[in-house]
Amino acid sequence: MRRIAIAAAAAALVLLISGCNATKVSDLQSRGQLKPGSKPCGTFNVAINAWVGYQADAAVLTYLAENKLGCVVKQKHVAEQVAWQGLSTGQIDAILENWGHDDLRKQYIDIMGVARSGGSTGNVGEIGWYVPPWMVEKYPDITDWRNLDKYAEVFRTSESGDKGQLLDGDPSYVTNDAALVANLGLNYKVVQGGSETALIASLRQAQERKIPMLAYFYSPQWFLGEVPLVKVNLPPYTSGCDADPAKIACDYPKYDLDKIVSTKFAASGSPAYALLKNFQWTNEDQNSVARSIAVDGMSDDEAAKKFIDAHPQLVAKWLAGTGAETTA
Amino acid sequence: MATTAVGAPPAPPAPAAQPRTSWFSERGPAQFIAAIGAVLGVWIVLFTLLRGRNTLALAPADTKPLHVWLSDLQTSVGEGRNTNPLFTYLFNPIRSVIDAFATAIQDLIAHPVDGRPVPYIGWLGVVVLFTVLAWVLGNWKVALLTLCGLLFMGLQGLWQESMDTLALTIAAVVIALLIGIPLGIWAGISDGFNRFITPVLDFMQILPSFVYLAPLTLAFLIGPAAAVIATVIYAAPPVIRLTAHGIRSVPQESREAVESLGATRQQELFGALLPMAKRTIVLGINQTIMAALAMVTIAALIAAPGLGQVVIQALSTQDVGTAFNAGLAIVLLAIILDRTTTAASERVETQRRKSAGPNTYRRPAIAIGAVVTAIAIWLSYTYQLVAIFPSSLQIGTARIGLDVGTHIINVANSVTNWAQTSFSGVTNGIKDVVTAWALDPLQTLLDSSPWWLTFVAITAIAAIVGGRIAALITAVCLGLIAWPLWLWQDTMDTLAAVLVATVVVVALGVVVGVWMGRSPTADKIVRPFLDAAQTMPSFVYLVPFLALFSASRFTGIVAAIVYAAPVSIKIMADGIRGVSPETVEAARSVGSNSWQVITKVQLPMAARSLTLATNQGLIYVLSMVVVAGLVGGGALGYLVVAGFSQTSLFGKGLAAGLAIVLLGTILDRTTAAAARRIGRTGE
Repeated sequence: MRRIAIAAAAAALVLLISGCNATKVSDLQSRGQLKPGSKPCGTFNVAINAWVGYQADAAVLTYLAENKLGCVVKQKHVAEQVAWQGLSTGQIDAILENWGHDDLRKQYIDIMGVARSGGSTGNVGEIGWYVPPWMVEKYPDITDWRNLDKYAEVFRTSESGDKGQLLDGDPSYVTNDAALVANLGLNYKVVQGGSETALIASLRQAQERKIPMLAYFYSPQWFLGEVPLVKVNLPPYTSGCDADPAKIACDYPKYDLDKIVSTKFAASGSPAYALLKNFQWTNEDQNSVARSIAVDGMSDDEAAKKFIDAHPQLVAKWLAGTGAETTA
Repeated sequence: MATTAVGAPPAPPAPAAQPRTSWFSERGPAQFIAAIGAVLGVWIVLFTLLRGRNTLALAPADTKPLHVWLSDLQTSVGEGRNTNPLFTYLFNPIRSVIDAFATAIQDLIAHPVDGRPVPYIGWLGVVVLFTVLAWVLGNWKVALLTLCGLLFMGLQGLWQESMDTLALTIAAVVIALLIGIPLGIWAGISDGFNRFITPVLDFMQILPSFVYLAPLTLAFLIGPAAAVIATVIYAAPPVIRLTAHGIRSVPQESREAVESLGATRQQELFGALLPMAKRTIVLGINQTIMAALAMVTIAALIAAPGLGQVVIQALSTQDVGTAFNAGLAIVLLAIILDRTTTAASERVETQRRKSAGPNTYRRPAIAIGAVVTAIAIWLSYTYQLVAIFPSSLQIGTARIGLDVGTHIINVANSVTNWAQTSFSGVTNGIKDVVTAWALDPLQTLLDSSPWWLTFVAITAIAAIVGGRIAALITAVCLGLIAWPLWLWQDTMDTLAAVLVATVVVVALGVVVGVWMGRSPTADKIVRPFLDAAQTMPSFVYLVPFLALFSASRFTGIVAAIVYAAPVSIKIMADGIRGVSPETVEAARSVGSNSWQVITKVQLPMAARSLTLATNQGLIYVLSMVVVAGLVGGGALGYLVVAGFSQTSLFGKGLAAGLAIVLLGTILDRTTAAAARRIGRTGE
C-alpha cells in the first residue's frame, strides 16, 4: 500500500518537473561565455588560507572564473604552508596570496620544480607588533621595543603569568614572535589567540575599554581602517637577518605578496591561469572587498560583484587574453 | 623507592586466582593514601628548595636535533617522492588507489563532475536511495528518520558538505570492513592471532586520533587518501574486535554439532559460525561507522572536505552559529547511521529467531523500491530542481523559502551573544579561579621542579598506584620524553591540564554515576544526554566554550571534561547498579541511611569501576589534548597543531604527538594496573 503511494508520488513528481519545462542539468553547464575556439576552463582548484584579505582575493577571482570563464572553482581550505604540498600533487592549482616562505620556494620551485611564481598581487604585506592607539597617547615611548620591558607588567594576563602577554593569531601564520621575544631578551610570553577574528575582537575591545594589549598584526587588513593600531618598532630588518628561524632578532621584512601556481596548471593553457597572472590590485582594493565580507556581512559572491561592478576597467585588464566573451 | 622499582625486572603477570600482595590487599586504602601523601610532601619540600633548576625548558620556536631531523625528513621525503622506491612502489600506488576510490564516491554524490556543476546523483536520488536502503536493512521507522534527516540537511544549506562527509565516511567504512572483517574472523578462529592482535587494538584505541594525522600526511600528503587512511586506522578496531568476539561466543555445543556432521572448516565457518555471529558483527559495523564519522570530521585538519571543514573555519572566525549549524548536521548524520545499523542488527536477530521465510509482501516491495530509486536517480541526474537542493520553491505565485540554515545560524548567534554578555563575568571568574588555584600551582610543581625530581616523584606514584611493571613503563616513557624527544616541560604542562580535567571528570562520574545507579528515573533522564555528548564530534562544542571562556588552557580543559565525563559516568552508574541488591538491603536493614549506604557499601564495592572510570576518563581527556591546542590549550596540543601548519615545526609537532602517546601509555598502564589489582582484592 505504502509502496504504491510512494510510486504514485514519484510519478507525480516526474510529471510535475517534466511538464513544467524544468531546467535540465545539461542547460547549466557553462555560466561563463568564452569566445569560440578558446580552451575550456574545467576545474580550478584554489587554496584558501585563513585570513579575510586572502578571502577577498579568492572571492573576486572565483567570481570572475565562474561567471566569465565558465570554470568550476573548487576552494580548498588549507593552512598556508600545507597548501604548497598540494601544488605537487595536483590537489591545488594556485595559492593566491603568498607571504614569503623562502624555504618552501626553494623546495618546491627550485628543487622539485613543481611550482612557480604567478607574479605579484600588487599588495605589500607588513607584519609586526601593534598596540591600540590609546596606549600610545598614555605611554608615548611604548613604540620602541627597548621600552617594552618597562611595560611588561601592564600586559600581564592569566595566561602569561608574571610576564607580559604578546597575543598571536592563528598558529599557521608566518610568525617569528617566540624567537623574537627570546632573542631580544624581553619579559614577555607569546599567547596564541587562535585566529584573525580572535585578534580583531581582542584589539577592538582593547581600544574601546582601554585594556592594555600587545598583539601580532599585519597589513593589508581592513581593521586598521577602523582602529589605527600603532606598530612597535623592532630592530630594523636587514637582508638575511631572518636566515636562522631560531636566532631571529629583527623585524619582519616587507613582503611582496605573490601568487604561486603549480607548474602543471601554468602549462595547461587554462583561461583561469591567464586571469590569475593578470590579477593585480592595491591594498586599498583588497581592504574594500574584505570590509564588505567581514563588516557588512556580504557573501563572497556579493562582495566580489560589488567590487567588479565598481571597477570595470581594472577587471577588463584582468580578463584581457583569457578569451572571455564579455569583460564588463 | 623509585630506583628499586626501576631496577626490578618485569614480573610475569600473576594468575588471577592467586592475589598478589599490594598496597590495597596488604595494607588497605589508608596506608595507600599515606604513601602518596608522603611522596607529594617530599616532592613539594624539594620543589621549594630547587625550583627553576634543570627544568629542561624549551622555547616554542626552539628545536632540538630530533625535531630538525624529522623536519628534514619531511623535506627529503617531499623531494624524493617520485624517485624513492618505497614511495614509487608502496605509498604512491596505495595513495592513488584510495584516492581514486574516494574520488569516485565523491563524484557520485558530492562533487561537480564531468563538466557538470553537480555530481552524478543529485539530492533526490540520494534521499530516495538511502531511505529505501534504510527500509530494506532496517524498518520503516528508520527509513522515515533517514528521509527527514537528509532533507533537513538540505534545508540547512549544507547538502554538499554533508555529502562530502558521507562520501568519505562510506569510502573509509568500506575499506575498514574489507580489512577488519577478515582480520576479525582470523582472530575469532585462531588463538595465536587473537593474542597478537588484542594488544595492537588496545594500543590503537589509546592513540589519540590527531596524533597520526601528521605522520600520515608525511607518507600520503594531504587529500582524500590521507583522510581515508586515518579514518580506517581509527575505525577498524571495533569491527575486528566484535567479529572475533562474535565468533568466539558461538556455543561449543553448536560447533561440535556441526563438526560431527562432518563439515569442513570452510563449511563450519560460512555455514555455522558466521551466521550465528552475524548480529555481533553488525554491531561491530555500527561502531565502525560511528567512529569513521567522528574521524572524518577531525580529518578536516588535513584538508578533508565536508562538515568538519565548516566547523574548523567557523572556529577560526569564531562564528558560533555556523559551527552549530554544521555540528547539528554531523549529529543528524550520526543519528541516521546509528539508528539504521542498529535496526539492521535487530532485523538480523529476529530473522534468525523465526526461521520461517520473510513475509510475502517484502520481495515485491523491495523490487518496487528499487524501481523508484532508479527513477529518482535518473531524475536527479537530469533535472536541476532535484539535483541542486533549492533554497526556495516557486509554486505558481507563492514562493516558499527553504532556507532553515540561516535561521539556525542567527538564533544560535543571538543565544551566544546573550550568553556571552550575561555570563562572561561569571565564566571568566570561574576560569580565573580554577586557573589560579588548581591549574597554575599544579603546573608549576610539575614543570618548575628539576626534571629528575619530577621524574622520580611520578615514577614513585606509579609504583604505589600500579605496581612495579607500571613504574618501569612510566620510567621508560618519561625517559624517552626527556630524551630524545626533548619535550619535558611541555609534557608536564599538558599533564597538569590532563590531571585537572580528569579530577573533575572522575568527580562528575562519582556524583552523577551514583545518582544514576541508584535511581532508574535519573538514568532514563540523563542517559540520552550522555549519548548525545558522545556522538557529537569533539570540536563542535569547542565553539560555545570559546565564546564563554575565550582562548585559554581552561577552555581546552572544559572541552575535555564534556568529552570524557559521559564515559566515566556510565561506568560508575553500571558499577553502582552491579552491587548486589541483597547487600544494599542488608545495610538498610541494620539502619544505615542513604549516605552511609553510598559511602560504606556501594562506593567501596564499586571501587573497581572507579579505577576503570579514572582510566577511561584519562584516556578520553588525553585524546582532547590536541583539540585543546586549537583553542589556546598550549603545550603539546599546540605543538601538534603548529606542526601541521608550519614546515619548520613539523618535526617538533611529530615529536609532540609521540610525547602524547607516551604520556597516554603511562597513564593507561598505571591506572589499568590499579584496576586489575583492586579487581583481585575484591574477589
